[in-house]
Amino acid sequence: MLKTRIIPCLDVADGRVVKGVNFVDLIDAGDPVEQARAYDAAGADELCFLDIHATHENRGTMYDLATRTAEQCFMPLTIGGGVRTVEDVRNLLLAGADKVSFNSAAVADPDVVARAADKFGSQCIVVAIDAKTVSPGKWEIFTHGGRKPTGIDAVEFAKLVTQKGAGEILLTSMDRDGTKSGFNLPLTRAVSDAVNVPVIASGGVGNLDHLVEGVTIGKASAVLAASIFHFGTYTIGEAKAHMAKAGIPMRLT
Amino acid sequence: MTTVLIDYDSGNLHSAEKAFQRMAHETGQGAVRVTNRPEDVAAASRIVLPGDGAFPACRRGLAAIDGLEEAIVEAVTKRAIPFLGICVGMQMLANEGHEYETVAGFGWVAADVRKITPNDLALKVPHMGWNDLVIDQPHPVLEGIITGAHAYFVHSYHMEMRDPAHRLAHCDYGGDVTAIVGHANMIGTQFHPEKSQEAGLRLIANFLDWAP
Repeated sequence: MLKTRIIPCLDVADGRVVKGVNFVDLIDAGDPVEQARAYDAAGADELCFLDIHATHENRGTMYDLATRTAEQCFMPLTIGGGVRTVEDVRNLLLAGADKVSFNSAAVADPDVVARAADKFGSQCIVVAIDAKTVSPGKWEIFTHGGRKPTGIDAVEFAKLVTQKGAGEILLTSMDRDGTKSGFNLPLTRAVSDAVNVPVIASGGVGNLDHLVEGVTIGKASAVLAASIFHFGTYTIGEAKAHMAKAGIPMRLT
Repeated sequence: MTTVLIDYDSGNLHSAEKAFQRMAHETGQGAVRVTNRPEDVAAASRIVLPGDGAFPACRRGLAAIDGLEEAIVEAVTKRAIPFLGICVGMQMLANEGHEYETVAGFGWVAADVRKITPNDLALKVPHMGWNDLVIDQPHPVLEGIITGAHAYFVHSYHMEMRDPAHRLAHCDYGGDVTAIVGHANMIGTQFHPEKSQEAGLRLIANFLDWAP
């Protein structure tokens, strides 16, 4: 039976791990490769690096991180942040990423997803969707770290990029991110029901019951969290044991 | 003693290279080289064929490099060099692939590559993540890997066996999904051993030590 994945996400800026509360007030939480190794040993199912200050100038830092991580961690690694072109995807895959995540670039030009999926396969193309609630049962995509509204409906966009070839959706609730009040479950459920590819729930995890709800109510295939793991509130093992106790199939190592 | 990982512009070889290098170092099994040169394949003592993406694209990628496919076929079928196919590299062992179009495989393992069709509509395709293996038959490359061991899968197509005797392991995803196939000096894994932590590294070490 396929297991539900727990994915620690490392927000990276200038080669260091940070985690923002609502994307501001960054706190330094360590060296990415060291953290990746610790998560590998702890039984994380995948890892995600998000380059939150991605610029053309600091691209090399991320390639170097991908390479060093892939040398030491034999588990799947997704990298996102500032990915704009098919060439960016290629460079990250060559550096050591297993999957690459588009965000703003897919909103600006959904066809970039199709071009990348045609070239490298859907299995390595993730589209990250940052959504905010605009009215009950309505969610709009925001780009540029949640600052820029787009007027695009998140559920419709998820369907579109899936048709274009996205192999996975990384869905972040901008209302919840950093609040520790739990995933936006109606949003997660609406997107999971709308697409036939795995959905990773993200944004708002504060306790282990939140992880359970993301799967049982939100129907997510995987759950992503940052702070609760980075700052040692819970271990990966505790999270997996808790989810397994709630009846969710987990890979217990 | 050289193990070659064949690079035919089909996905990320970095992590596979690192995983094979690490296990070759630990087991004293010589060098690991990423190459697309037919002469390197001809001189290799083991051949690994990775592969990400669509079956027809991978097949064309292989054919696009002059003499490469011939060198693989010669080494594997004439000289019985140990061969490991990973993901689409495994699927190429089959008779035919049916992804977008029908394309012939090597035909070394009696099977067809077809879309996964889970009997539970809640199960999504691609089959992505960790699934537990059910070992169907013992095999030297599976030494120490038992039923219940987890492996990392990312795929939408799998091998439907014409000859079930060639299936070494499967997993359950709304029905049986072929996980490992083997026949004579050839073996293939649908999952990514280089991404499968303990069980994956074990399988790689076993392959490097295998003398079929």
